[in-house]
Parts: sequence; structure tokens; C-alpha cells
Amino acid sequence: MTTTTAISSGSGIAPVASPALPGGGARLKWAVADTITITKRNLIAYTRIPESLFFSTLQPIMFVLLFRYVFGGAIHPGFGLSYIDFLLAGIFIQSVGFGGIGTAVGLAEDLQKGLIERFRALPMARSAVLAGRTTADLVRNVFVLLLMTGVGALVGFNFPNGALGFIAACALVLLFAYALLWGFAVIGLVASNSETAQVMAFPILFPLIFASPAFVPINSMPSWLRVFANNQPIGVLINAQRSLMLGQAHQPGSTSGYVLAALAWCVGLLAVLAPLAVWRYRRST
Amino acid sequence: MTNAIEAHELHKTFGGEVRALDGVSFAVEEGTIFGLLGPNGAGKTTAVRILTTILAPDAGTGLVLGFDVVSDADRVRTLIGLAGQYAAVDENLTGRENLTMIGRLNHMDRGAVTRRAIELLEQFGLTDAGDRPLKTYSGGMRRRLDVAAALVARPKVLFLDEPTTGLDPQSRVDVWAMIDHLVGEGTSVLLTTQYLEEADTLAHRIAVVDHGHVIAEGTPAQLKADLGATVLDVGLANSDLARQAAGILDGVGAKTPTVVGNMVELPVDEGPRVAMEVLRLLDQHAVVPTTFRIREPSLDDVFLALTGKRTEADDDTTDIPTDGKGRRRRAPAAAATTTDGGER
Repeated sequence: MTTTTAISSGSGIAPVASPALPGGGARLKWAVADTITITKRNLIAYTRIPESLFFSTLQPIMFVLLFRYVFGGAIHPGFGLSYIDFLLAGIFIQSVGFGGIGTAVGLAEDLQKGLIERFRALPMARSAVLAGRTTADLVRNVFVLLLMTGVGALVGFNFPNGALGFIAACALVLLFAYALLWGFAVIGLVASNSETAQVMAFPILFPLIFASPAFVPINSMPSWLRVFANNQPIGVLINAQRSLMLGQAHQPGSTSGYVLAALAWCVGLLAVLAPLAVWRYRRST
Repeated sequence: MTNAIEAHELHKTFGGEVRALDGVSFAVEEGTIFGLLGPNGAGKTTAVRILTTILAPDAGTGLVLGFDVVSDADRVRTLIGLAGQYAAVDENLTGRENLTMIGRLNHMDRGAVTRRAIELLEQFGLTDAGDRPLKTYSGGMRRRLDVAAALVARPKVLFLDEPTTGLDPQSRVDVWAMIDHLVGEGTSVLLTTQYLEEADTLAHRIAVVDHGHVIAEGTPAQLKADLGATVLDVGLANSDLARQAAGILDGVGAKTPTVVGNMVELPVDEGPRVAMEVLRLLDQHAVVPTTFRIREPSLDDVFLALTGKRTEADDDTTDIPTDGKGRRRRAPAAAATTTDGGER
């Protein structure tokens, strides 16, 4: 019986007429097109996964109503603010934060089910899988913020610092959420399956969101927690958001100071997390 | 004749210890189906992943239509299609959306993709299901869509990784018909399978893979011929009797007899003449067979002869003598030992 057929490497098969490969410009065009294709695919998927629709729509609405009507009466934000004005910044960050778990779960699922294997064998841009995922989630976050703004307005939020300040605050949240998404992407790529991704993401997110000025003024917290709440990234972001949404008079510090600190966190997180995710994606085979 | 695929001494080790490929070489002629046959964990999927540019080999080279799968990966990706158990389709998209996505990622223009999707859905009998999410598809439909997705960009070389694993018999036959049709159109196919029948039915050439090695290669007919022209199956009342019979019949046929449950299998060169001798010997020892059959050897017999175990058998066959590394050994090593649970 024959064993391995030895093939000399000089068997010299002639390459077929070489298929067209693009140069630099076309390559960039393809990378953008591929990212759009993957973005679309992820957005379609979100509309077809009931859990994901729930987490990006109904759940945040329930939280707005819970805090506004159940807890809100007992919480006094000070600075002459009504609780709903105080609350909306916290709801924004909570919505985009917990929504990011979907990024981790989605990526873990794509890996687990072998979809990314297929992508790797396609002549598509390597960058499109992560870029498409984070772009889709950015779009989802825009949608969630619009929805929350509508719900907030319905239950009494009255834009104390005008439209411009509000839009600036939203832009800041979106930038921060985008930086966070890369962190969730890392979790999704590290986790071996979607359940693990969820379990890994939740404990990181929970203390950052709740041990913060998101829902209550921090002066009722013990002093050590107050220091953490004010200086951890989500705390910094919420203070900046409130300065923009509510106006400087309603916050203890200066708006520009808060916003600069928040921007520094956004840029810092992005600079660390995005390369980490790309590196992890490259070696996840 | 040009080769669609060439694998030269491919090596791949995972995590520093699991040696998935230990010097695998083979060549697939253009316009043919090549079967990579072996049990779970033999290294088939690793070979496919390397040849489809998903994974880089530790050593060795892979060529697709002459292009190196590592240094020319981008070009290779424009020439191949991949389908199989580990290359999924998107559950949340419809059949049509899946095909369209793959087409767009192959940089086909929108109109061409739309037409191609219609064509493929039609060809694979999925037109009615085309606009339903995959979640609603049966296993057979999903597998058909998977293969359709691999064909969107009209690849010259198609990799099918266990395309029928887990499918019911009817769906399996459907997939076979499809593959056959493709090759008729000039596509070259590398097919991996655990099913001997599948390789036998479809492949022009077969490489048998075990523990990261190609342990045999040839046409299905060659592999069968190497084993002996025919096989005698002698059924006995129980496995003790079967072992006794195997002892009696050792040396009669071309190869040593193998015991599978209550059955003794004996590869022979001249069926009828040896059959007479077998019955005479059994009679002398007062051993009475319950069944007696002369048949063509199957590829399962080939695998058994090469590795001492059946393709679908579990690990309970490990008591069979090996050369110490679980590697290639000739049939005699498996003489008169019992392989439990081997099914045919």
C-alpha cells in the first residue's frame, strides 16, 4: 500500500493568470465597503435578536421610569435640579454601557459559530470585522440615545442648558461608548463563547456604572467611595455630561475641566483598547 | 496537468503539544474531487484551514493554483470557496442576505450579487426559503446554503470540510449530487469526510489521514485492490467462537483475519477457492458459522487494515497493538484482535 506521495517542491505548476489585486487606493475603498457590509449585517442581526432589542430599548426605558417614579422622589440632587434632569446623564451612560455587552456577546458568537473562520477565507479587508462591529454598535448607540432623549422629555427633562449643550453631551457619550466598545470587543475575542463573554463583561461594568454619580449624588457615599466614584472613567464622564447638559451652575467644578478630563479618558481608552482588540483578533484562530 | 492544490510537508502543532499535522503532502489535480478521509482529530480540518489561508503552517507549503497560501494569501482568497462544519453562515440573516453579504465581501458589484443569489437559491432548492432567517432552516437546508455561500464568487477551487456530517441520508445524497454537478462544471474540490462511503462515491483520489499523517493515497479502486480482491465475512454464535475461528483461519487469506463482534473478516485474493478452504477448516474444528458472505472490500476495510481501527469507532479500540506512536502499521499487527462497537 502506498504511503504519502512525495511531491517535489519543484513540481513547477504554473500559476494561473493572476487575479486582479487592488493597489493602495482601491484597497482602502474595499476596506470601507467591507466595513459597511459587515456593519449592515450586524445591524440587521440586532433587529432580529429579541434579547438585543430588549436590552437596547425596553430595558433602558424601564430604568428611566423606575428611577424617575420609584426611587427619584427620595433622591435630592441639589444645585436646584429636578431629579429627572439629574438622571438622564446616568441613564445615557448606563444604556450605552450595558448595551456594549452585546458587542462582546456578538463577537464571541461569531467566533464560536465559525463565521469569522469564513470571513478569514474571504478576500475582504482584515480590519472590517472589528470596524464593522464597532460601527454597527455606534449606530445602535445613536438610536438608543435618541430613544432615551424622547422618553426623558416625556417624563419631564427640560434641557436646562439648551440644545447645543445637550448635543455636545450626547457626542461625548457616543465617543466614550465607542472607546468602551473596543474593550467589549477584547472581552468577546477572549471569551470562548457568548455566555462567558456576558459573565466577563458584567462584573467589570456593574461597579463602574453604579459606584458613580450616575443615579445618586455622591455626597451620601463614604469618603473612599466618593473618591473612586468621581475619578473612575464613568464618573468623570457623567460629571462632564452634566456640565454640558445642565450648565455649569448645576455642577461643583468647571465645565471645561470636566470635559477635558472626559476627553482624555476617551482618547486614552481608545488608544489602549483598540490596538489590544486588533492584536487579539489577529491571533484568535 | 495542473494541480489545483498542493500540500508539501505541512506541519502544525497547537499549544506546543497537540500535533495536528505531522508532514502532510498531497496534490489535487484540476477538475477532480480529492477526498481527505480520516476519523475525528486526524488533522483534516487543520489541513483545510491552512490551505484556505485561515491558519499559517509551522512548516511546509501549501499552493492553490500555484499561489502560496501564506505569502500570496490575498490572491488565494480570490480563488477559493470554503464550506463546512466550521465555516458558518449567519443565523440571523436570511438565505439571500447571507449570499449577498458573501458576494459583497468578494467585491462583486451589487447587480451581479443579486443575480447570483437568485441563481444559487434556485439551484439549491432554497428559492421559497430565501427570505426567511436561517434560524428557521432545517439542518439540510442550512448545509445547502453553506455550500451555496461558498460558490457565490464562482471559485475555481472549493474546500468542503465534512459537508455532510450530521445530515440525514436524503440530505446527504442531495449534497453529493450537488458536488458531482460542480465538478462537471470544472471546479476542483477538496473534500474532507469521516464517511468512507462518501469518499468512495465522490472522490477521484483519496488520501487516508490519521494522527496528522497521510497513511495511504490512491484511487478508491487502488486502495481496495491493495487490500485483496474480496472479503469473507464469517458470522459466529458469539465473540469467543469468533476469536477461536480467527485463530483457525490465520494464514488462509491474503491478510490476517479481524474479529468484529461475532464476525470474522478475512481479506482474500481468490474468494471462492479460499471460501471452500475456510469452510473445510472450520468444519475440521467443529466450528459452525451462523452467516457466511463473500463481498467487495469497503473503504472501511482499508481503514481497518491501515490503522487497526474503524473510522467511526470510539477510543475503545486502543487495545489494538500499535507501533507505539499510534502511527502507521501494517495489517498483521491487528491480527485476531477484537474491535468492539465497530459499525459498518
